[in-house]
Amino acid sequence: MLAPALAYILLLVGVPFLLALVLSVTNSSAGSLDVSFVGLQNFRAVVKSPVFLRALRNTFVFTFVSQLLVIVMGNILARALMKKFLGKSLVRFLILLPWAAPISLATLGWLWIFDSTFSVINWVLKVVGYFGPGQWYFWLGDTTLGMIAIITIHVWRMLPFSTVILLAGLSSIPSEVHEAADIDGAGPLAKAFQVTLPMMLPILSVAVLFGVVFTFTDMSVVYLLTRGGPYNSTHVLASLAFQDGVLGGDVGRGAAIALFLLPVLVVLAVVMLRISRRAEVV
Amino acid sequence: MTRSRPRRLAFTVGHRAIIVFFTLFAIFPFYWMVVTSFKQNSDLYVGASNTQHNPFVFNQPPTLDHLRTLFGQTLYVTWLFNTLFVGVLVVAITLLLAVPAAYSLARLTGRWGEHLSIGIFLTYLVPSTLLFIPFSRLVSLIGLQNSIWSLVVIYPTFTVPFCTWLLMGFFKTLPREVEESAMVDGCSRVGAIWRVVLPLAVPGILTVVIFAMTLVIQEFVYGLTFISSVQKMTVSVGIPVALVRGDVYYWGSLMAACLITSVPLAILYNFFLDRFIAGFTVGAIK
Repeated sequence: MLAPALAYILLLVGVPFLLALVLSVTNSSAGSLDVSFVGLQNFRAVVKSPVFLRALRNTFVFTFVSQLLVIVMGNILARALMKKFLGKSLVRFLILLPWAAPISLATLGWLWIFDSTFSVINWVLKVVGYFGPGQWYFWLGDTTLGMIAIITIHVWRMLPFSTVILLAGLSSIPSEVHEAADIDGAGPLAKAFQVTLPMMLPILSVAVLFGVVFTFTDMSVVYLLTRGGPYNSTHVLASLAFQDGVLGGDVGRGAAIALFLLPVLVVLAVVMLRISRRAEVV
Repeated sequence: MTRSRPRRLAFTVGHRAIIVFFTLFAIFPFYWMVVTSFKQNSDLYVGASNTQHNPFVFNQPPTLDHLRTLFGQTLYVTWLFNTLFVGVLVVAITLLLAVPAAYSLARLTGRWGEHLSIGIFLTYLVPSTLLFIPFSRLVSLIGLQNSIWSLVVIYPTFTVPFCTWLLMGFFKTLPREVEESAMVDGCSRVGAIWRVVLPLAVPGILTVVIFAMTLVIQEFVYGLTFISSVQKMTVSVGIPVALVRGDVYYWGSLMAACLITSVPLAILYNFFLDRFIAGFTVGAIK
């Protein structure tokens, strides 16, 4: 009964995956059926391109900064949600909204918030007197501001996900553990770092790993928010692969760019396997 | 451990401040969608440099114009139907493949079962951004370019692994004795599964239906790559790609479309959240 699912996965995940490897060493392009082997030429051309190097750097910067923020904020929020308070289920529902909304539509909402003429953020900055006379932020027309905008959306989207996972982890720690720590005279800081953190480590790594996978491989946010601009300075690997491989029609080059996602994904998968195996033993 | 009263008060205030801050951060874009959807254009398009005009509130009476435009003059309803069409077929394919697979994996003992189930889960992590280029080749090879059927064929590549994984956890909670006793009573194995196991698994299957559906509605990359005709798009692709004509953004209708699509999804998600977390954290929480 396992066979149909396995066959489907092998055929429609395995075959395209191999094809991605094959295409990356050919000069395949969208318009022609002429395909010939070109060895590592695509990879060599790609690593010399400044746009690609910038995209590679951006991918890491976006993932690292946003996930660092998500983990710090997620821990604060999950701890706050552990307490009982009035309206807790409503708050939980509202906090979850960013994760449930389709990413392309949520990004459109942010595109309107970061609009160059009508940005509500600029209005607030002006009203509180942060802007000097004539000063203005063109959020998506400036590399640094654009990167801040992209990271903001990633944090906003992944925070609910990490929070609910961390919350599940916190609630799974038996209260006896805390009581025992109290009896042994542990203060709140000692309890946080010597009791809660070690017990949360497996679940924390699950939250981080999924967060990294989703952020690292995403192209929707960049594609819809900045289209990689201004001057290709905010591209990530995935959006650049789309621009070159699909819009530009250079399939071989696009495949080569997308394949740079692979080493990180493999490392993440291995770490995940380690964790799941260790958790099984405990 | 009794804390002094002012200190406890400070803790409570800090706690509420954290909750309020994060809630506002999470809902602000949705609040902004609501305000934008119902504002008159003359209230909407006032430059942000005008500090006299407060953009957070309705300065003029709300209007339904943007909704009328969305439903009357755009293909939004068509996109909704396309999404539903793809969704229903993908859910059906997903159930046909994932239910038997999950059941067998749950009952398979030993190293092999474990390896296979982890392998299936790992395929969920193969991102669409790694596969969309070879897929676009394969799709045109089988003549499905710019066809909604390409999505029906390809979307199960992410729904099947995820749903198999979720269902597997669910089947593991059903004791083996359930179908064994049915078999003692004269059922065949298939009969036991059909008459005893599946009815017990209805909550799990319902969860999977919801998640497969939401994954389909949320998907953007494949839809963007394979579908070029506006009237064949799904909501997640049609709204950002086709509602923006050239450089003209109809923000009122755009935000209304985002809002109407996102909120029902969020409500559904909320009901099934706990199972969703369980699916992601199998093994890490004991």
